[in-house]
Amino acid sequence: MSAEALSRVFSALADPTRRDIVARLAVADATVNELAAPYDVTLQAVSKHLKVLADAGLVSRSRDGQRRPVHLEAEVFDLMTKWIERYRREAEERYRRLDELLRTLPEDGPPAPPIEGASR
Amino acid sequence: MSVTSTHDTEITVAADIPLVRIVREFDAPPAKVFRAHVDPELVVQWLGPRSTVMTVDHYDCRTGGSYRYVHASDGEEYGFYGSFHEVRPTELIVQTFTFEGMPDGVALERLVFEDLGDGRTRLIGTSLADSFADRDAMIASGMEHGIREGYERLDELLAS
Repeated sequence: MSAEALSRVFSALADPTRRDIVARLAVADATVNELAAPYDVTLQAVSKHLKVLADAGLVSRSRDGQRRPVHLEAEVFDLMTKWIERYRREAEERYRRLDELLRTLPEDGPPAPPIEGASR
Repeated sequence: MSVTSTHDTEITVAADIPLVRIVREFDAPPAKVFRAHVDPELVVQWLGPRSTVMTVDHYDCRTGGSYRYVHASDGEEYGFYGSFHEVRPTELIVQTFTFEGMPDGVALERLVFEDLGDGRTRLIGTSLADSFADRDAMIASGMEHGIREGYERLDELLAS
């Protein structure tokens, strides 16, 4: 998954209606009609949202006859989660070093911030 | 290796604005955690990834000050620079952050040192990029770096 792909996923999920659609698809596949039912918007508007989600790889339409239900691509979600988890681990690794430093750092250091730090 | 810290870093990637929030607690009072962010001799000991050597060009952590440092890894150098917009001892650091490889991009970073009492601190860091693409590239670079570092070492470090 490239940074651009990740970006598409994030921006696709930036819209509250699309987030809601994704949340509902996480429960079960649904047709466009079913998805549109709770919203006060046209089928066309819902289709537009679905296109954005499909372009991001988050949903797909099966060829299941006339119904053509919308399916959530869970693995794309998993990938995004992995990216964020990796980023989190990087931060955690950094902060464990800081933990270590804080343990060894004497309590009474110079008054902060050290103005003379400018020339160091 | 023994891992004693159980304060896991929490990450929130905002969906509606290009922001990342990192929250972490420390078993040290705010003054100490703050000092580890302000004194360049201390900063180099923890900020850079383990596989890189961090060299501080200058690090003037006070209101109106600026910084530049370089991470060197496998013969490659990655420079970062920015300005300190507001530095309030033991409480707050507001700074900008730019990777020299993407000089048009700048993130606005805010570090809040929250006193939890009993010599403990909650550090709340937010980074607001100027586009979703930049924010996501930032997360992605962490991923690439993670691969370089090797999963094993992270797993070893994070094994509880």
